[in-house]
Amino acid sequence: MAQLRRTRGRAALPYLLLLPALAAELLIHLVPMVVGIVMSFKQLTQFFIRDWSTAPWSGTANYRMAVDFHAPVGQALLNSFWVTCAFTVLSVGLSWLVGSTAAIMMQDAFRGRALLRAAFLLPYALPVFAAVITWSFMFQRDTGLINHVLHDQLHLVKQKPFWLIGDNSFTALLTVSVWRSWPFAFLTLTAGLQNIPRELYEAAAMDGAGVWQQIRRITLPSLRPVNQVLVLVLFLWTFNDFNTPFVLFGKAAPKAADLISIHIYQSSFVTWNFGSGSAMSVLLLLFLLLVTAVYLFATNRRRGADD
Amino acid sequence: MINPPAWFRRLRRLVLLLLTVFTLTPVAVMLSSSLKPLQDVQGPWRWVPSHLTLRPYLDIWTTVPLARYFTNSLIVAGSATGLSVLIAVLAGYAVSRYRFRGRRLFTVTVLSTQMFPGILFLLPLFLLFVNIGNFTGLALYGSRGGLILTYLTFSLPFSIWMLVGYFDSIPRDLDEAAAVDGCGPLRTLAQIVVPAAIPGIVAVAVYAFMTAWGEVLFASVMTNDQTRTLAVGLQGYATQTDVYWNQVMAASLVVSLPVVAGFLLLQRYLVAGLTAGAVK
Repeated sequence: MAQLRRTRGRAALPYLLLLPALAAELLIHLVPMVVGIVMSFKQLTQFFIRDWSTAPWSGTANYRMAVDFHAPVGQALLNSFWVTCAFTVLSVGLSWLVGSTAAIMMQDAFRGRALLRAAFLLPYALPVFAAVITWSFMFQRDTGLINHVLHDQLHLVKQKPFWLIGDNSFTALLTVSVWRSWPFAFLTLTAGLQNIPRELYEAAAMDGAGVWQQIRRITLPSLRPVNQVLVLVLFLWTFNDFNTPFVLFGKAAPKAADLISIHIYQSSFVTWNFGSGSAMSVLLLLFLLLVTAVYLFATNRRRGADD
Repeated sequence: MINPPAWFRRLRRLVLLLLTVFTLTPVAVMLSSSLKPLQDVQGPWRWVPSHLTLRPYLDIWTTVPLARYFTNSLIVAGSATGLSVLIAVLAGYAVSRYRFRGRRLFTVTVLSTQMFPGILFLLPLFLLFVNIGNFTGLALYGSRGGLILTYLTFSLPFSIWMLVGYFDSIPRDLDEAAAVDGCGPLRTLAQIVVPAAIPGIVAVAVYAFMTAWGEVLFASVMTNDQTRTLAVGLQGYATQTDVYWNQVMAASLVVSLPVVAGFLLLQRYLVAGLTAGAVK
């Protein structure tokens, strides 16, 4: 009998250990997600905030409005979607490229490597708001460092451009985003490089392989599993990034840099239409699910083909 | 790489130099501007202050209630980190050491919440907190408690994922030896597994603290004057007509110090934790 109770106790133990994690996830992620989906079918304006469940149903009206690309709401959403796609592809691509270059170049020990590594990790360690506020100071038209260097010192531009409004805002946002993200790629890949046995390089060097061949035949293939996770994580973080544009531009981003998360925030909390904002969020989630599923499918299949 | 040729070393020096400039320029701007008198930051950019002053470092505490924001951030980020690490250790241990029904489902569900755009549950969570407050009088909206609860879940998926990897790398023989000595599962966890996993746990704690310390979106919606964190508080500067950039830079530097110092001290662990946990 004691034996039986003991084994039953054992069987329940993992669930007990998971309970706090499950409860937290349920309360903060899963229940709100369900509520969000329900909300997206409601006509939820500021009059119903005290009790959202009494808001009238609106069927698929919020969705139809979001995808009606001839009307202003849909047009703005579509613009913001394309901006976000371009921004994400460029930011993830550049961050990955810079991060891998730095990680590969710093794989071998040289004098000052530890110090340099610490310096490279600074953008990752600095709190977003402090770092991005500094960038917004650098991008100020009349008092900023960027225009001073471009105009006064290098004479590259005739007139000082605006960076935080108009079309240049996309470049500004991209610069800050790459500055913030590449150290994470660098950190992850540095960790990944430590798993490659040194003997592989020794054997390759013995066979006469040069720098490129060592990188192409040993480093990159060994990093492939790390890269698969890294690119996915960078993609999701960048696509959903709210902090960078919000600190750089405030509540309303310029059209050229109107990332989707800011756009939804703007249409929910500034114009107080939560139903419409929820519908846009659900569409965004569906898109991310689709991309992730396709990505996981493609990378798994490739891995399967290699084995 | 073995014996890189001279051209590679030259290229390496050039690339690393450019990257250092790109990376450190904002830090240099922060530092130099924080030591400038006001007329220096309101005119054209200058690299060196016309004269050094520590005034901005004194003024930041009175222009905005920085001390209050600081306290709020410390309480919120500290509590969220402590709770998140505790919960992740328990969950990570369960997933790493037990085979049970729903194990895979749990991992997949928790990890996939990473992909949700924050904005998707910001609106419902905001309304839920308001509703819970209306029905029970429990002040979640606008309180530090609500923010702590929210933040602890942000770092949870990554923390669990990393700790499972880390725990997996600790030999089970250790657990079995403890079991033979009569240790129950929880004592084994506390006395054998946790001490062996300290680098992973530290890495997870650093990550959780940084996530909470830097979060802007929820802090901007879920706080009021009394509970505002640094992330929102610093933005208060930008709304004034004349921005005191020297003070903004001084404040940014001051609020960065705790995390940057902690991060640099512990980055060794972070690489070790990533190597064992996430990368494998």
